[in-house]
Amino acid sequence: MAGLELKDIRKSYGNVEVIKGVDLSVEHGEFVVFVGPSGCGKSTLLRMIAGLEDITDGDLYIGDKRVNTTQPRDRGVAMVFQSYALYPHMSVYDNVGFGLRLKKMPKPERDKKIREAARILQMEELLERRPSQLSGGQRQRVAIGRAIVRNPDVFLFDEPLSNLDAALRGSMRMEISKLHNQLGATMIYVTHDQVEAMTLADKIVVLNAGIVQQIGSPLDLYNSPANLFVAGFIGSPKMNLIAVTASDATADTVTISGPALPSTTIPVATGHGIKPGDTITFGIRPHQLVRDEAGPLKGKVLLVEQLGNETIVNLDLPSGDQLVATLPGSAILHLGDTVTLGFDAKNAKLFDTNGDAVKPA
Amino acid sequence: MAAVTEPNHVARTTWRYALLIAVAMIFVFPILFMVVSSLKPDAQLLRDTSSIAAFLPVGDISLDNYFGAFRRAPVGLFIFNSIFITLVTVLISLFLCSLAAFAFAYLEFRGKAVILSIIIATLIIPFETIAIPMLMVVNSLPFIGANGVQWGWLNTYHVQMVPFLADALTIFLFVQYFKDLPKELIEAARLDGASWFQVYRLVIVPIAGPVFATAAILKFLVMYNQYLWPLMVTQSEQVRPVMVGLQYFFQLNTAWGEVMAYLSMITIPVLAFYLVLQRAFIASIASTGIKG
Repeated sequence: MAGLELKDIRKSYGNVEVIKGVDLSVEHGEFVVFVGPSGCGKSTLLRMIAGLEDITDGDLYIGDKRVNTTQPRDRGVAMVFQSYALYPHMSVYDNVGFGLRLKKMPKPERDKKIREAARILQMEELLERRPSQLSGGQRQRVAIGRAIVRNPDVFLFDEPLSNLDAALRGSMRMEISKLHNQLGATMIYVTHDQVEAMTLADKIVVLNAGIVQQIGSPLDLYNSPANLFVAGFIGSPKMNLIAVTASDATADTVTISGPALPSTTIPVATGHGIKPGDTITFGIRPHQLVRDEAGPLKGKVLLVEQLGNETIVNLDLPSGDQLVATLPGSAILHLGDTVTLGFDAKNAKLFDTNGDAVKPA
Repeated sequence: MAAVTEPNHVARTTWRYALLIAVAMIFVFPILFMVVSSLKPDAQLLRDTSSIAAFLPVGDISLDNYFGAFRRAPVGLFIFNSIFITLVTVLISLFLCSLAAFAFAYLEFRGKAVILSIIIATLIIPFETIAIPMLMVVNSLPFIGANGVQWGWLNTYHVQMVPFLADALTIFLFVQYFKDLPKELIEAARLDGASWFQVYRLVIVPIAGPVFATAAILKFLVMYNQYLWPLMVTQSEQVRPVMVGLQYFFQLNTAWGEVMAYLSMITIPVLAFYLVLQRAFIASIASTGIKG
């Protein structure tokens, strides 16, 4: 088992740079999730770690060995693919044992390892079947089994659950989490699904356009997004982001106002650098909005989603902005109703003219 | 199921079958004519050609033409030569062309696109234009065999095989098929520790049955039907294939019955090979194991 170190990793295809200098440290046994929208470079980064893509520039260490030019098979990594990539002509048993067979591991030892992996993944009864005779979830288990038997230093998962239905995705997510605890292995997991990222990760790496936007624990990212991108990407429903003008700024407060929001003072940390007149962004999470007749935000109900335990309401503000609020399940609302919402100023986030978060007080 | 019994549907089905039968007859009748004619004496054979009897085993039916064909030419030797040359060439060609295609499909190397383009461009060169230069080349090549080093390849089996061991069409067929296989399978095998050759042998070949069968059938037909090249490079009966052997039946007076008997006999290996691979072709269509 080993940790991982990425130092200014870059990848270009011709003149197009797709990974623009990634620095990342992964501790031994950590579960790291790369998350970001399609095309952000997260899978490319994973494939570079696996050795399936060349590294254009920078250094990649697995353990304390620089592996930039090491063959995939010699890196001590195992990968689970989105498409499972099971060998269609082999039984589950042979699929799982393929790597061991190539290593020329003696048959009894190989058999023991395959059966042990099958036991861990509860697929002992599937060993004689072909991949075409398995369901999506079962194929995914086999793909994971194939990774486990190789006893790798690092497990790599490339969107492993995206071909499964919602219910199966939920249960496989739990199984992967259990597996991580059981094996104590270093795992790197790529997904575009932020729920997977939030539930599985010790550490999340948010990527956009080949640049790391923020690295941190799930709650860090949720509570203290570093910029507008992370604020909008992490959390479901998304954080409400509204353009406002800084009408006044003191050492530790910024007063904002705009067509959607009457004058409101937000406490911030000193050294925030916002000047009166700056156009900045105000952010508030939907569940931090409460019904308050004296509140500053007033809008017409556009859509009501009643989920039982909570009600998600989309509002149309007079300024033309839209707002999403997560209200208690008991809230009875109808289309066209006017709703007034308030919030605690301490929960509000501000993003400066560059889109970077202003430190809260 | 009302739609099935609809008059329109019945009429359409009838027409479709009538058309299919007509097309099938176009393909089947020449073979039927050949087999039926091989059983008739020449005089009757020529007389029957003006009537439907040409396709019917009627009149004086016997196997005399077959015995005659064997008397006139070493039919067994010709068939053996053809099958030997064809099978060896097909087997080696499948191996070499699939390996080349594997490299073109999966490996990265400088000049790959240019080399593949040049290979594919050779498809437009007719064999007849390079036959004479090739004859001159093979005539001056050395060969190390049981009798030590010999110069000139004429009058041998290998002169009929080596020039056809790799060809653009077969490589192209394999490249197209390999490119469509999921890339993740190769990547998974690489991560599992397979060398490139192991990826080829253990992952790609077992799932590429359909393209191997297709390439084998096409190559078999090309090799079995070789005429010009063996005619140029063989003077000895001992190494001549069936198509060159056909000449034996067109000397002085042509015995059409014997020609038909000879043709019927040399068609059998082609049909057998095709039927065997047809089965392999269907059996090898397996699920790709990718996605649900």
